[in-house]
Amino acid sequence: MAMTMTQKILAKHAGKSSVAAGELISAKLDMVLGNDITAPLAINEFKKIGAEKVFDNEKIALVPDHFCPNKDIKSAEQAKVVREFAKEYSIKNYFEVGQMGIEHALLPEQGLVTAGDVVIGADSHTCTYGALGAFSTGVGSTDMAAGMATGELWFKVPDAIKVVLSGRPAKYISGKDVILHLIGMIGVDGARYMSLEFTGESIGYLSMDDRFTIANMAIEAGAKNGIFPVDEKTLEYIREHSKKPYEIFEADSSANYARTVEINLSELDFTVACPHLPSNTKPASSLKDIKIDQVVIGSCTNGRIEDLRVAAQILKGKKIADGVRCIVFPATQKIYLQAIEEGLIQTMIESGAAVSTPTCGPCLGGHMGILAKGEKCVATTNRNFVGRMGHTESEIYLASPAVAAASAVAGKISTP
Amino acid sequence: MILKGRAHIFGDNIDTDVIIPARYLNTIDPKELAMHCMEDIDKSFKDNVRQGDIIVAGYNFGCGSSREHAPIAIKGSGISCVIARSFARIFYRNAINIGLAILECDEIFTETKSGDLLAANLASGEILNEASGKSYRCEPFPEFMQEIIAAGGEIEYIKAKIKKGSGLKI
Repeated sequence: MAMTMTQKILAKHAGKSSVAAGELISAKLDMVLGNDITAPLAINEFKKIGAEKVFDNEKIALVPDHFCPNKDIKSAEQAKVVREFAKEYSIKNYFEVGQMGIEHALLPEQGLVTAGDVVIGADSHTCTYGALGAFSTGVGSTDMAAGMATGELWFKVPDAIKVVLSGRPAKYISGKDVILHLIGMIGVDGARYMSLEFTGESIGYLSMDDRFTIANMAIEAGAKNGIFPVDEKTLEYIREHSKKPYEIFEADSSANYARTVEINLSELDFTVACPHLPSNTKPASSLKDIKIDQVVIGSCTNGRIEDLRVAAQILKGKKIADGVRCIVFPATQKIYLQAIEEGLIQTMIESGAAVSTPTCGPCLGGHMGILAKGEKCVATTNRNFVGRMGHTESEIYLASPAVAAASAVAGKISTP
Repeated sequence: MILKGRAHIFGDNIDTDVIIPARYLNTIDPKELAMHCMEDIDKSFKDNVRQGDIIVAGYNFGCGSSREHAPIAIKGSGISCVIARSFARIFYRNAINIGLAILECDEIFTETKSGDLLAANLASGEILNEASGKSYRCEPFPEFMQEIIAAGGEIEYIKAKIKKGSGLKI
């Protein structure tokens, strides 16, 4: 029976020759992820199971990135729970502050996830690794606990939406514009319970960083996962970062899709998601009178080296507008160091931006850039829900690093 | 099992950030989480909610983050069941895993007023609005999920499976 790419990966991990949409299966896991917010709850549940050890201490990753470096005493206590669990159960992939990066930038960079894997993470943006041709999806803490104990988890095999990309994107049009445009087209529940399978002649124009951004925000359309075919760029990335064996899966040409969506990248505008839903998208050019108080460049969505390069290019020789706070979060220590070596950090600091150690920080209203009542922020993050970044009467405009940097200089929503 | 309580009405796309804002995620204590449940969308919710009450909501309830703290906060506040036109995927899983009853029903949303007394029969999938006298039928849980709920959540389900020696390694 013809299968989508996602269905093929799930069938393989369930030990079946084929699976169909709607089928309930139990699949073997190649990686189980948790962070300082979700892992403490998972550890609690794990201990209730009474397991003496984890299923595989090399297939669990614990990344204290959300409220770390510890933002307050309670957060410090939670981070401690994770640290002590990692020690007690000899978890190989525990990343202490100093090695820690934002989990969804860190795991691919460390080579812990690769093509053909099945990955679960107690974080909704775990869908990021679909960029590598893996099936990866966000789950809750109890599922993470079950995964850590048994190395397996039940899944309902998803149906899929095929997203066909054509045309060549204009300069500075990025993966963020592609995914925001798509969410605007299909809505925040447009892909609910489904896979988003990206395909088409233009995949080759998208860098790996673009693909990570696109797969990362599949959840913002309600999707179970987002996934890209494996091509030369993917293999180059995998060879550079990972020693893990990988497997390439391809969707059958006759696979059944619930729907096909076509996007011509050559016609894409700089796209901004206005408050308070990621689907509330508008061309950036139509929002030029909106004055802003803060710009955030970073997160698991857009804190990678290409994102910082684009931002630095736009900020070079310019000043952040008076009254605007521009805060940059390189997503990992390696990206941070590379940005220093390339002179990007110097450019940013000279322009008046603040540069932070890696953390999810303000993206979820944790710390390092919380908004006051009435303030407006352009952010390269992934959600603009009510109160997400601070006061319930603050506003978040989601955009690409190019739009964010241009807006920081202009003091209002702007394009490069 | 029949769950009976007053309706609290919410709209579409109720996200996990409003169910329990991230600023309170530095704890896993259900009572503490419940203190802040829905506060960014309805400040009076925590004072109005009574044990057994039922949330009735629109499409895509629980969208956004994977935080299990969201269904835990709802359950901790006394809510016995959430009835929505549809649920976001991760929230749906999390609710079942922690033993919060959830039912998908489209029609009831437009015909229920805040405070109406509802009775939801989980086994039959029938919901009665005692105020209007009208009853609604929704899809019962798939068998697989019924087993998890009958076991008292995913963790108990796994423990039972391990006891039976179903091949799961620990």
